[in-house]
Amino acid sequence: MRQFLSVIAFMLIVIGSFSAYSNLGIPQIEPAPPPTEEVIDLGSMDMGQFLALGDRIFNGKGTCTLCHNSLGRAPMLDQIGSNAQARLDDARYAGSATDIEGYLRESLTDPSAYVVAGFGKAGTNDTESPMPGTESGSIALSGPELAAVLAFLQDNGGLEVTVEIPTDMGDEATDENAAEPGEPRAPFTSFQDLSDEFACEACHTIGEEAGDLGPNLSAIGATRDRDYIRRALLDPNAEIAEGFEEGMMPDDLGTQLYATELELLIDHLSQLK
Amino acid sequence: MRKTLSFGFLASLVALVVCVLAGTGPALAQEAAGFGPAPVLTAADYPTVAGVNGRLVIWIVAQLHLWFAAFVLAVPIFVFIIEAIGMRTRDKRYDDMAYEFIKVSITAYSITAILGGLLLFSLILFYPHLFGYLSTIFSKSMFYYALLFFGESAVLYLYYYGWHWLQGDLRKWIHLSLGLLLNAIGTTLMLLANAWLTFMMSPAGVDPAGVFNGNEWEAIHNFLWNPINIHRFVANIAYGGSIVGAYAAFKFLTARTSQEKAHYDWMGYNANFIAICALLPLPFAGYYLAAEIYAYSQQMGITLMGGIFAWLFIIQAVLIGALFLSANYYLWCGMGRSDGARRYYWAIKYIAIVLIGAFLVWFTPHTLVLTNSELKSLGGPHHSILGPLGIMPAKNTAVNLMIIFTFLSFLIYRRSNKVATVSWEGMGNTLQVALFTAGILNILFLGIYHGYFTNTVYKVAASIPQVLTTFVVIVVSLVLDSFIYRGARDVGPLHWGRIPDRAQYALFLLAVAFTWLMGLMGYIRSGIRQHWHVVDIMRDNSPNAFTPTLGYAANVVSVAAVIFLTLVIFVFWIAKVSSVKTLPAGYWKE
Repeated sequence: MRQFLSVIAFMLIVIGSFSAYSNLGIPQIEPAPPPTEEVIDLGSMDMGQFLALGDRIFNGKGTCTLCHNSLGRAPMLDQIGSNAQARLDDARYAGSATDIEGYLRESLTDPSAYVVAGFGKAGTNDTESPMPGTESGSIALSGPELAAVLAFLQDNGGLEVTVEIPTDMGDEATDENAAEPGEPRAPFTSFQDLSDEFACEACHTIGEEAGDLGPNLSAIGATRDRDYIRRALLDPNAEIAEGFEEGMMPDDLGTQLYATELELLIDHLSQLK
Repeated sequence: MRKTLSFGFLASLVALVVCVLAGTGPALAQEAAGFGPAPVLTAADYPTVAGVNGRLVIWIVAQLHLWFAAFVLAVPIFVFIIEAIGMRTRDKRYDDMAYEFIKVSITAYSITAILGGLLLFSLILFYPHLFGYLSTIFSKSMFYYALLFFGESAVLYLYYYGWHWLQGDLRKWIHLSLGLLLNAIGTTLMLLANAWLTFMMSPAGVDPAGVFNGNEWEAIHNFLWNPINIHRFVANIAYGGSIVGAYAAFKFLTARTSQEKAHYDWMGYNANFIAICALLPLPFAGYYLAAEIYAYSQQMGITLMGGIFAWLFIIQAVLIGALFLSANYYLWCGMGRSDGARRYYWAIKYIAIVLIGAFLVWFTPHTLVLTNSELKSLGGPHHSILGPLGIMPAKNTAVNLMIIFTFLSFLIYRRSNKVATVSWEGMGNTLQVALFTAGILNILFLGIYHGYFTNTVYKVAASIPQVLTTFVVIVVSLVLDSFIYRGARDVGPLHWGRIPDRAQYALFLLAVAFTWLMGLMGYIRSGIRQHWHVVDIMRDNSPNAFTPTLGYAANVVSVAAVIFLTLVIFVFWIAKVSSVKTLPAGYWKE
């Protein structure tokens, strides 16, 4: 028993030491929270504020400085004013930009259009850039955010700022569930709200509302099961009800719905009998 | 024992039923429907169950499952090898040792399956949409995975219970073949599970919205699948060796006879040997994995090595240092078994100095946390001379030297009880010294040149020639030594059991440091996905989507490690009581 307790004590001391070192011997850095879209009030923004916004995104959400820094992982961008035209004229340039602003925009949205010598992916002979796209994936800049970064790059690189401050966010949603700039919309919690939002009853008859471009759904649950309804919502052209045309129902509904909303729709429709 | 084994079957059955009901059910419906995009989730899509933190539950259960899985996948690999050695040498001690290894792991297998079932339930309860999405894509492999558990259980039962039955020429071959089959199934299980987790890091077979193209093999064979497979395969063997080594160490400490002590000393030596053999290539497998992460996503690679997680590698350095030092210390103590070891005692202190020096280099952080006045007096965040010790060329140099000198420890241990009889022994030893000197100088030159005289882009270029140098030194040295000691005579019999008790604590340290290190690296592997369930495809919008601090992560790993070691002690205890018989006087009718 003495040996057993000695071994247990030894193991606990070792684990405790590792834990103590990790808590006390290492700086406890509070990681940044997940990025959110910058809240932008375009209407009241002057160019100085717009450039400051680009600076914030460049150093923050855009994660540009992870690579574009003095360690040489990616080209420095403070000299972009003096070398952008040369790159645009380079025989290796494979993009479609005709001016420097276009070149810079293309560098953000299609980084492989021109890869600075020595900075391409290994084995691609500088034809493929390791830089991720900035409009999707983990960076996912909105249009105004992208414009702000462009303006910042021009200013920071000694160029004349030709990018104009966008006039709107490109967001037309206005109801209470619509997203505030910088936030995803809140999910709908009732069938009626969902139906109103996605205008189901413009085409389908559901209860008292009568549309005739799509099948009558008033008793859909009596003849169709949940799997059928799920398929019809996610891939509406997989099976077309007799007497109706293909392609009438939007096939991207699934991309616009939260998972809970999809289940809510299926629950409600399957109960209509 | 039979009762605990039945838990294995039960857990397999539960896993299968749950997979069918929860996983493949919706998946098959999806297949009929065509595949939808990855769900866009809100905080409301993550259920709260009994007020517990879902991420914490998944974290701990997944880690426990992984530790046990690593152990039970590794043990059959070296049991197979030891059994084959026993067959070839006809030395029954090997067969007995292999049987004892598998006996220790048998209860652990049941616990692995039970933890797997618990992990599955936890995922369904706490992350239903994520699990639903993954099961849509991996429906077939998840189904086969559950089925394979039956195969694994059946072969394991035959292998273990048939050990003494399947003895003799043909029967022994059949038994060995069962061992091979057991390993094949076990490895396949690991490869499948690896595919699911690497898909979350480097998704394939889906479009940018996450719509699956229906080709499951493409999703399985994603960019990081093989790097993880290789890394885990090697690490599992090292880990399995360390856990069995801890078992042998405990048995040694509690042994009552000199025969028992000798047996468990021999077992501990073999377990440590297995752990070291796998430990030596492990850093290379780790670097390969990190390089592939960089190649897949520079952003992810920088998050791994240059962001918040960079400090984690300083903790890792402490653990790796503990691993190498404890493995070497055990070897040095083990030299006491031989009367001829005194000839080499002088070398130990120099090996120790190099190991500690290399450890300190690995321990040096790149960016120091400094006050303003310290920053001013230093002239920047990096010291002008010591600063490059924080970057990869120096770390690579340190780890290669650690490996070479650990190999040197093994080499002198191997020589300690032998006296060479070949006429060219002096020339052979000179060649050995020249080989080591040239290798070490080359590693140092590459490290210094790339560390101080090239820019960042080329700094990692030192790693491959350094690794090749280490590899050449080890292989050529082994070949050379085998010729030098051909026909060598023994100094005397090896005194198994003649080793101090404190050496056994080196084996405990090895096991605990390995356990903790695996937990830490599990955190970073998962953590570099940051706020994504599936990188760039399915965002984690739960309240727990933030990355915790290293201290918090370390505490979680510590709690999980304590739970794990408690369960391991239970496993060892069960293995012991299964062979204990109590004869209560007067209880049974005569």
